Amino acid sequence: MSNHTARERILARLHASGTEQTEVPDAPLPPPLSLDRDAKIERLAELMAAIRTEVHIVDTDAWLDKLKELAREKGWKRLLYGPEVPIGSAIETAWASDTEGLPELVAYTGPVETFKEDLFQMDAGITSVRAGVAETGVVVLWPTPHEPRLMSLVPTVHVAVLDADTIYNSLAEMIAVERWADGMPTNALLISGPSKTADIEFTLVFGVHGPKELVLLIRK
Amino acid sequence: MGNHTRFDFEHNVTGALADDQLRKNLRKAMDILVDKRRTVFPDSEYLEQLRSAGNAIKRRALKQLPRLLEQLEVNCTKNGIQVHWAEDTAEANRIVLDIMRRHEAPAIVKGKSMVSEEMHLNRFLDEQGLEAVETDLGEFIIQLNHETPSHIIVPAIHKNKDEVAAIFHDKIPDTPYTEDVEELTAIARRVLRKRFAAAKVGLSGVNFAIAETGTLLLVENEGNGRMCTTVPEVHVAVMGLEKVIEKLSDVPPLLRLLTGSATGQVITTYVNMISSPRKSGEKDGPKEVHLVILDNGRSRMLADPEFRQTLLCIRCGTCLNHCPVYVRIGGHAYGHVYPGPIGKILTPQMEGLERAGVLATASSLCGACGEVCPVRIPIPDLIRRLRNESYDQDGSAVVEGGGYKKNLAETLVWKGWELANRSPLLNGIGTRLAGKLGKRIPRVGPLKKWTRVRTSPKVARCSLHERARNEGVNNE
Repeated sequence: MSNHTARERILARLHASGTEQTEVPDAPLPPPLSLDRDAKIERLAELMAAIRTEVHIVDTDAWLDKLKELAREKGWKRLLYGPEVPIGSAIETAWASDTEGLPELVAYTGPVETFKEDLFQMDAGITSVRAGVAETGVVVLWPTPHEPRLMSLVPTVHVAVLDADTIYNSLAEMIAVERWADGMPTNALLISGPSKTADIEFTLVFGVHGPKELVLLIRK
Repeated sequence: MGNHTRFDFEHNVTGALADDQLRKNLRKAMDILVDKRRTVFPDSEYLEQLRSAGNAIKRRALKQLPRLLEQLEVNCTKNGIQVHWAEDTAEANRIVLDIMRRHEAPAIVKGKSMVSEEMHLNRFLDEQGLEAVETDLGEFIIQLNHETPSHIIVPAIHKNKDEVAAIFHDKIPDTPYTEDVEELTAIARRVLRKRFAAAKVGLSGVNFAIAETGTLLLVENEGNGRMCTTVPEVHVAVMGLEKVIEKLSDVPPLLRLLTGSATGQVITTYVNMISSPRKSGEKDGPKEVHLVILDNGRSRMLADPEFRQTLLCIRCGTCLNHCPVYVRIGGHAYGHVYPGPIGKILTPQMEGLERAGVLATASSLCGACGEVCPVRIPIPDLIRRLRNESYDQDGSAVVEGGGYKKNLAETLVWKGWELANRSPLLNGIGTRLAGKLGKRIPRVGPLKKWTRVRTSPKVARCSLHERARNEGVNNE
């Protein structure tokens, strides 16, 4: 498979290029962003809303009511979720007492191969997120076996649940504090809005391949 | 395009300049992109500092390039990503083909990748009876119309919605004619979602490969890149070897420069970081991930301290948007995969001066590309260097085909010029003669060609020296 002769020839040329003998002066980065908690929430919400993310800032104990309200309003028929994460069990509990007008809950429990057709028909998928980043307005996902990668991509709507206390100033801060260099997950994602394109005459259209809507619930 | 036949640049340019629709589409689009970039970087001091940092990060990566590639290979392999090396595009194509054959995949779904364009992968697979499906909306449009990208970021920008409407109506079965961009996008979504769900192999490019952790980073807005790298059983990533960077902490500034310069976005919709195939227990994601590292002339560029800077490029395309030549002729006129200023320095080095050196002539040397480049590539200097190498008067050319334009007449003219300017006597005679000739510059040979699109210069009756002697110098 790996063509060793190609590899060795390329590396030999690179070593012989003299590039390793060059001097590279250091250039300092612009000063980092430093905001307080409320300012971080505000900046993230503002930036993400500007690119059509539907942002709702809710009290931590009221987020399920907000979710139900949205589900009814938007008329989702089926909601994809991960039953083994905290938000998943909370949703199950909330749905147990009250299902009127609410979408059917569909758990992502098997490998995608057994589930693909269903997955591509899903109205909405809800996931927790690892953190937010204020500077550029993104949520950061490290998908897990309990909340797989396609949950935030294939359903027509992606609902992301973010805790306000987990918003970093910048991606640089997050990478450093969480020591990403020690080990990266299979997939890490930054998401700032719904899928979009401007490939035809710069007309902005949402939902070209991925979710048509991104709903962000910030639990404060 | 970009194949081994000589292309007629002048003919292409003449055609493009006469195409009113093309020029209108391009002007509108490039003005938008220039404007958006300006808006996203409102603080010039911040931007200049960021550009310097970007330049330093990429230079630091090039300084350690062989070591970083080896480290990337070690870490990717440790993570379960299979690494392949390709000397040239034929080898890279062969690697992709082998993977597809092994998985009995009749088709491959593709996210946007300029390296795959460089490989002419679609044409190659087609010749093998296999199908490449472009899934980026712009790429999808031009693939339906059997065209190549005209811009490295917005590949179908030369088309307006009426043209797209006609293409969809003609090429996609049972598609009604519509100029509604929302509807056009919905049609593409419907067609391509089926392809994503069915594909066994997906292909992507790489924006940054992080040696420290063996991570492949991709930016995009549409989600097709995530589809191609997550839904199929196999993901093949192709990258030029200059895409490797040292560490994760290099990512934030480069990302900011890339998305800000490319589309004027603070950040793209998705930043997708892939470090391994599906692990045991995980429910989706490809079971195999392959990384193809392509040289195709890049290691040769690295050997020259000045040309090496070509490899700093992060393929944002902002030099195209700001180029007065690109905005008038569009990408196709350049006849090669990489158009615009970056193409003018990249293509001649990849293909040789004889085939592509003419691209370096398509510049007014206005300097805009160098001023906006997020990693400070001195593109105008490199264009001038390529022009000099095309004549190679001093025999120092390093690019293949150096001196291809050298000819006796021009060599003699320049020798004469040198002589005349070194000898005060000859210089005096020369200027006096030129003064006598006045306006009558002979319109022959290269002079005729030169004055075809330029005002022919008028020679003053007497030289500046003479005037100063006769009239004195007025210091006021």
